[in-house]
Amino acid sequence: MSSESLRTFVAYVEDRPGVLNRIASLFRRRNYNIVSLNVGRTHEAGVSRMTFSVEADADMAHRIEANLYKLVNVLSVEDITDTPRVSRDLALIKVNVGPDRRAEVLQLCEVFRARAVDVGPQTLIVEITGAQEKIDGLVAVLTPFGIAEMVQTGRVAMTRGPIGQAADAQSRSRNETHTVFAA
Amino acid sequence: MAAPMKDLTEATLAQLNAREPRELTGSQILWETLVHQGVDVVFGYPGGAIMPAYDALPEYPIHHVLVRHEQGAAHMADGYARASGKVGVCIATSGPGATNLVTGIATAMMDSIPMVAITGQVPSSVIGTDAFQETDITGVTLPITKHTLMASRPEEIMQALKEAFYIANSGRPGPVLVDITKDAQQKKCLYAYDPSPVRLPGYRPGLHPLPREIERALEMIAQAERPIIFAGHGVMRANATGLLLEFVKRTGIPVASTLLGLGGFPATHPKNLGMMGMHGEAWVNRAIQESDLIIAIGMRFDDRVTGNLKTYAPHAKKIHIELDPAEINKNVKVDLALLGDAREILGLLVPPARQSKIDPWIQHIDALKGESSVLEIQHMPDNGQLFAAHVIFDLWKITQGKALVVTDVGQHQMWEAQYYKHDYPRRLITSGGLGTMGFALPAAIGAKFACPKEEVWVVAGDGGFQMTAAELSTIAQENIKINIAIINNGYLGMVRQWQEFFYNKRYVATPIKSPDFVKLAEAHDLVGLRATTRKEAGIAIEQARTNERTVVVDFRVAQEDSVYPMVPAGADLDAMIRRPAWQGTHNPIYETGEDE
Repeated sequence: MSSESLRTFVAYVEDRPGVLNRIASLFRRRNYNIVSLNVGRTHEAGVSRMTFSVEADADMAHRIEANLYKLVNVLSVEDITDTPRVSRDLALIKVNVGPDRRAEVLQLCEVFRARAVDVGPQTLIVEITGAQEKIDGLVAVLTPFGIAEMVQTGRVAMTRGPIGQAADAQSRSRNETHTVFAA
Repeated sequence: MAAPMKDLTEATLAQLNAREPRELTGSQILWETLVHQGVDVVFGYPGGAIMPAYDALPEYPIHHVLVRHEQGAAHMADGYARASGKVGVCIATSGPGATNLVTGIATAMMDSIPMVAITGQVPSSVIGTDAFQETDITGVTLPITKHTLMASRPEEIMQALKEAFYIANSGRPGPVLVDITKDAQQKKCLYAYDPSPVRLPGYRPGLHPLPREIERALEMIAQAERPIIFAGHGVMRANATGLLLEFVKRTGIPVASTLLGLGGFPATHPKNLGMMGMHGEAWVNRAIQESDLIIAIGMRFDDRVTGNLKTYAPHAKKIHIELDPAEINKNVKVDLALLGDAREILGLLVPPARQSKIDPWIQHIDALKGESSVLEIQHMPDNGQLFAAHVIFDLWKITQGKALVVTDVGQHQMWEAQYYKHDYPRRLITSGGLGTMGFALPAAIGAKFACPKEEVWVVAGDGGFQMTAAELSTIAQENIKINIAIINNGYLGMVRQWQEFFYNKRYVATPIKSPDFVKLAEAHDLVGLRATTRKEAGIAIEQARTNERTVVVDFRVAQEDSVYPMVPAGADLDAMIRRPAWQGTHNPIYETGEDE
């Protein structure tokens, strides 16, 4: 029995009204705690892709996957926690900074590969993409300047290498993405 | 049975099979699609938002049963589905009509019953405005249905209903709700029935085990010294009862059943152990705790079956034959999961199955049985009072075990499970997962419509019966024949039993006063009888069976009897409360397995 850790899933769902509600309702009902959730459209018409992270052990992850499959509008699910992947978060941070210390902030941003995307008389909006730790790092160094607002997307993730299991439309239609419980 | 199928005139048939598109209202499309799905009876209650659909009903060969409360409609559709194996259909209006279905839908969900619930909805132009009788019923029922669908245009109705029937009755069955706005029912569109199969890209109910998994299962079975088979509801749902019998014949492995699994394996078969779990027979629970292999078929290790999970079947490896992958390792961690239809999997296991060398195990279980039987007989009070056990035992004897029994929820339900020996599948209909009081009477009405020739008996407590007793009026209006045994002990018996065991005998809110059930039956133009002794009970059962009208029998049983054995909630499965010592004379009625 493995211990609880943050597990990352990718799910393809039909782009229809109420689908997110069904998924949220399932998580609430089964008492799964979503840490992060991101939904957006894909290049395929009528198909949305979700990335979500849940605190779960391996058994629970299997059940999350199996329960998601029970939703008619869920096309495919993959637990990519143990697969090499690229994960990104995007954050916009509005810093309280006037002309006097602006350069200082911009310098810090450079270290974190963040970009200034808006400048006001007394504010600066910084955009950063990356892993959570990187975003946390930038927030830490910007905090002394005074953070006015901050917004962060949920994590998006994609497996490295060839097309991911959940993303493969052919494999989806062949029903190969169902969890197989080994002996 | 006064539920005549309306004759299909040739004109109607021709119309239904027409391939040429015709201009029909959404209401007509609704009924046409139901006819194509093989529906010939629906249970419902009209109201504003569903009136267009009702207005079109007389054109179609579908019988409508007017219920007295929509909860009854859902339970009737449920009872119909359980008795027939087909999809049951209930129909209600928006708002309160729809919310009244909720308990019945949740009941069907917990027991995996194929049901389609159709609700009217306010016109699409006013959705979201808190219009009169508007309820977001697809939202309300989302967590208690397998799926919900909404149609707000007539063009969407056929597809929604086709999907609903397909989803409800495939894979692990369950209820599907279809909400249809009033304007969708009223408007017209071009329609021709599309007979092509439903395609749902995200819905793949068919799972199949891998050959190596079947091989592994056979190895585990061959190596086991103390194996036991669990027969759940899935055995019957998959029509796998014959294959299970064959598997047991080949292997000689004994079978324990869940409540909903009763009848999936013949109760009088020598290898049958009986019901497991909270009120299972002592020897069954002991055998489970001592077993070294559990082969669980179509069951979900409910907490009423396992007791304390930490100490559950500690020596047993577990093979789980299950259709729903989400059930694997949910409560009990299993060693091997065979995902798929029980019939298909048993079909793969039967041919290579060999006789297991388990004689010492069988002898050991037989010894456990003997110990338990003797104990129960000795402990049975014999004071001239009528006991529920008497009534149900005699009902079993007199009906030769062939009746279709529909129980409510509580003590009588457990006594029925213990004393009515179900040798045939689909002959016990009971609310297992949700434990819905008030289920029995309406579910029995639905079952009678599914099986008009069967002898249908309701076994209900005085409490649960009163929850839906208004459906007596439905029975009278439909002029159907069922028999109703009220196990009347003047208490909400199961709660009283828990109060006795766990709440220091403080009988809070459990004594219940009932109407005169005989007069109540008569007020509905039905027949009422009463029995207060064992002799009278037998006579009343005979009289009820031979009467052509529906008969309500008020069995006045011992007020403070309890169901034994009992595993307290969360306790170890073999930590059973046994019937307290009794010094009286032998009474063979409290017999469980050996005695005829």
